[in-house]
Amino acid sequence: MNFKRQLKEGLLTQNPVLVQLLGMCSTMAITTSLSNGLGMGVSVLIILTLSNIIISALRRIIPDKVRIAAYVVVIAGFVTMVDLLLQAYLEDIAESLGVFIPLIVVNCIILARAESFASKNGVLASAVDGICQGIGYTLVLLVMSVIREFLGSGTFGAGVLGGGAGIRIFPAEYGALMLVLPVGGFLTLGCLIALMQWAQSRKKEGK
Amino acid sequence: MDWRNLLTISLGAILVNNFILVQFLGCCPFLGVSKKMDTAVGMGFAVIFVMGLASALCYPVNLLLESLGMEFMQTVTFILVIAALVQFVEMFLQKTIPSLYQALGVYLPLITTNCAVLGVVLLNVQEKYNFIESVVYGVTGGVGFLLAIVLFASVRERIALVSNPPKCFEGFPIALITAGLMALAFGGFSGLDIWS
Repeated sequence: MNFKRQLKEGLLTQNPVLVQLLGMCSTMAITTSLSNGLGMGVSVLIILTLSNIIISALRRIIPDKVRIAAYVVVIAGFVTMVDLLLQAYLEDIAESLGVFIPLIVVNCIILARAESFASKNGVLASAVDGICQGIGYTLVLLVMSVIREFLGSGTFGAGVLGGGAGIRIFPAEYGALMLVLPVGGFLTLGCLIALMQWAQSRKKEGK
Repeated sequence: MDWRNLLTISLGAILVNNFILVQFLGCCPFLGVSKKMDTAVGMGFAVIFVMGLASALCYPVNLLLESLGMEFMQTVTFILVIAALVQFVEMFLQKTIPSLYQALGVYLPLITTNCAVLGVVLLNVQEKYNFIESVVYGVTGGVGFLLAIVLFASVRERIALVSNPPKCFEGFPIALITAGLMALAFGGFSGLDIWS
């Protein structure tokens, strides 16, 4: 299996958020600090990989008619496990992500990969696909969190670096609070997708 | 039952904590089916219906889970209840009110994966709402969804007709920027605090 190609697809050409436009809700909702973005990204990465493996392994057993329901049960099982683990070991992150952890169940990325990739390919390829798409998703979350946190509250790495408070780059009162509010989520993601479309059109012209 | 409490919940769900524009629940259908006004209205009503029913149905289910000490099964159970509910509503409408089924048809299955529905059920549990409060929160949350998606669809129809965004912003990005400006407007409601 071509690991390099799948990684490139996950990160750039088929990026789940910027190109496939999946999983918008969580992307915009929780990217207000680096720790939130990292926590959410890694949780989705783990759940996506595990559910891809199980669904791919069961793809000949699950009847076609009830496949969506079966996928949802598999995904919900893994989400519950990650939710409980986060509550037990990373209480701060579990608290700040709140309802968005159980909502990973209805994150379109996972169901879309199950339907379009894991149900048609072998276990190993599906696992690789889960890891690559998960990395692509995490990367977008990290970029968005860094932008919003930096412009909105003037810090870098809140919750991860500098003893939890993050590294202060400029005083908090100069920050554009708007970017930490819901508005910032929509605006930042809009600009990132526009950047992606710009890059793609340039690449096409170059050819 | 205190009606002021219910009114606060309703206003909160429709304006102050609008499901889409403030809480980011249900963004996928919000961005996906808002290109045309009539589909947006259809989706909005389908969501009100399912959110209200799901809130009502999941309340006793949650009581059952709590009495068995199995709260950790909440996510799995709720998503199954919602999926079954959507399937049942679809079959029921097809038999009894075919015209409504025709109008909502395509959107009903999509609602299973609408995070606003699972979100409202989880929030009901988190906020420890009783039965009536849960149903009111579910229905008014749906009304907030309808309000946001109808406003957004009308703006998008005009954008498609008259605006001329930069090439790389065409399509999805400009829709997100529009939604951002609407979220900014809805942010103004956060000061609304007349009953406390």
